Amino acid sequence: MTRVSEHLNQALHDLMEADPRVHVLGEDVSDPYGGAFKVTRGLSTRFGDRVRSTPLSEGALTGVGAGLALAGDRAVVEIMFADFAALAFDQLVNFAAKSTSMYGRPVPIPLVVRCPSGGNRGYGPTHSQSPQKHFIGVPGLSLFEMTPFHDAGELFARMFALGQPCLFFEDKVLYTRRMYSGGVVDDLFRYELAGGVARVFLDGVTEPDCTLIAHGGMTHRALAAMRELLLEEDLACELLVPARLHPLPGLPGLERARHVCVVEDGSEGGTWGAEVARLLYPRLWSTLRRPIGLISAADSVIPAAPHLEREVLVQPGRIRHTIVEALS
Amino acid sequence: MIVTVPTPAGMRNAPSPPADEDLELLLLIRHFELTLLRLFEAGELSGTTHTCLGQEYIPVALKPLLQADDHVFSNHRGHGHFLARHAEPYGLLAEIMGREGALCAGVGGSQHIYHRRFLSTGVQGESLPVAVGVALTLKGSGALACAYIGDGTWGEGSVYEALNMAQLWRVPLLVVVENNGIAQSTPTSAQMSGDIAARAAAFDVLHHRMTSTEVDEIRAELAPLVAVVRGDGRPLVAEFVTHRLGPHSKGDDTRPPEEIARAGDHDWYARYARMFPDPFDRLDRERRELVERIAAEVTARPPSVWERR
Repeated sequence: MTRVSEHLNQALHDLMEADPRVHVLGEDVSDPYGGAFKVTRGLSTRFGDRVRSTPLSEGALTGVGAGLALAGDRAVVEIMFADFAALAFDQLVNFAAKSTSMYGRPVPIPLVVRCPSGGNRGYGPTHSQSPQKHFIGVPGLSLFEMTPFHDAGELFARMFALGQPCLFFEDKVLYTRRMYSGGVVDDLFRYELAGGVARVFLDGVTEPDCTLIAHGGMTHRALAAMRELLLEEDLACELLVPARLHPLPGLPGLERARHVCVVEDGSEGGTWGAEVARLLYPRLWSTLRRPIGLISAADSVIPAAPHLEREVLVQPGRIRHTIVEALS
Repeated sequence: MIVTVPTPAGMRNAPSPPADEDLELLLLIRHFELTLLRLFEAGELSGTTHTCLGQEYIPVALKPLLQADDHVFSNHRGHGHFLARHAEPYGLLAEIMGREGALCAGVGGSQHIYHRRFLSTGVQGESLPVAVGVALTLKGSGALACAYIGDGTWGEGSVYEALNMAQLWRVPLLVVVENNGIAQSTPTSAQMSGDIAARAAAFDVLHHRMTSTEVDEIRAELAPLVAVVRGDGRPLVAEFVTHRLGPHSKGDDTRPPEEIARAGDHDWYARYARMFPDPFDRLDRERRELVERIAAEVTARPPSVWERR
């Protein structure tokens, strides 16, 4: 069994070994600490100066990564908590993303900014956010998210091949979960990967009652809801988990679903889900029977106390309840 | 508020005429900038532009101190920086005017140019961390990253984040500060507490302040320090006390006339015209006519085409 954090760590080892142009930068990423979530463990011991623990300067360290990329190298930057990506907004949006096109020709900026995101760990308002929505729609900036289905090494290769800065969100709870393999999720659900999208399905069900669309960090809460919906409500659901959140890849099979619902951990208003729905409406207009459902965290800061945090963030019970209500 | 220091007696007279090559470049930049202001008044230019009138000698002085494999980062006031780095006035004007032959297809315009290791961008202080990243790749190669900033740029936190990393990691970074005493309309004395030297010292970064406007004097002062940047791989802040003769962009100068006149007392153009009429008058006429030809030719070109991905 491989945990997601171990899988990411191995992917970074492989990446740095295979390509001497790759640098890793971030706060506390060097050994023996190996990063706040241990995802960079062992890298500085093996790769020396190509791995740098930096001062607490998210803006500049993102800019340094962009400079390395501009000069022909490749950079993986770690922002310790995704909330702090706000400190790097200028470098990401005004420099790295714009520079890929504002000089009148494609300028490659192979830069991956890793952002441990999400709550349910009791870290409180400034260490728990899923800020994906703030970076959607920036020309030249792509958003990816780690999932328990996708090979991280392939994702790093894809992101670097784009030649554009990419934010790579990694849900902090996901770190502790295992990677799925062999097409099997559990006793009920199977999965397949197609076109960069993981499709989780029930064997033999071709016309699901509901297809959920979620980002990687929402996978397990969506699965828990799907299990309850099947066993207790007799509703069969599929789940689509794209690794690339923006621009969104084509999502398979939605025409056959009775209902489509996007689930995310970002706060309500101006959400990723609304963007997904905007893209899907023209395609699904003739087959949709009801509006695409949007489930997101409350319009609220994320409290520290566990009982308060649970109320704000999306939990399986809320997904189940919302879908039952939509289909009743 | 008075921001311009009087010209020291010793600076009123140049010790010797600059080399023809330097004077030609100084004059090219001067007439290029004057031509831009004229084209704006004539309605031939759109958007905005920031001219470096009075500050031309800084990039001209640096020109022979930079190598072909150095990277240069420039800012909003970057036409002089570019022309001293690459002798491509047609391409630069085409970029500013959005005409065929533009360096960046007319997408970047006056303040966003990336051409042969020269990169300018329009957000204050943004280029310094990027320059540190580029300089990391140059460590030990003998090449350096040179970044032009102004006195106003020191209000940005990115400057300090970058200086800290540059010194910690010993990267070959030359920060050229064009301290013209005024940030858009705000005197430096009203927006900077303390001074640049002390700020550099706080990071243990080498700092050198220059008041000369003579390219040969500047080169003699700076060459050994630039050699340290290359050889030892450590950053240097080279601060030029300089004077902006023109407006921040166009027609937005709120300084009183006597203040602008005092800035003008530092102008190399008037000084050389007075002291060295030969070769000044001839070279001045040649460069003026050259820029007039460039402007006429570029203005007549068709619009630039942006082939988007």
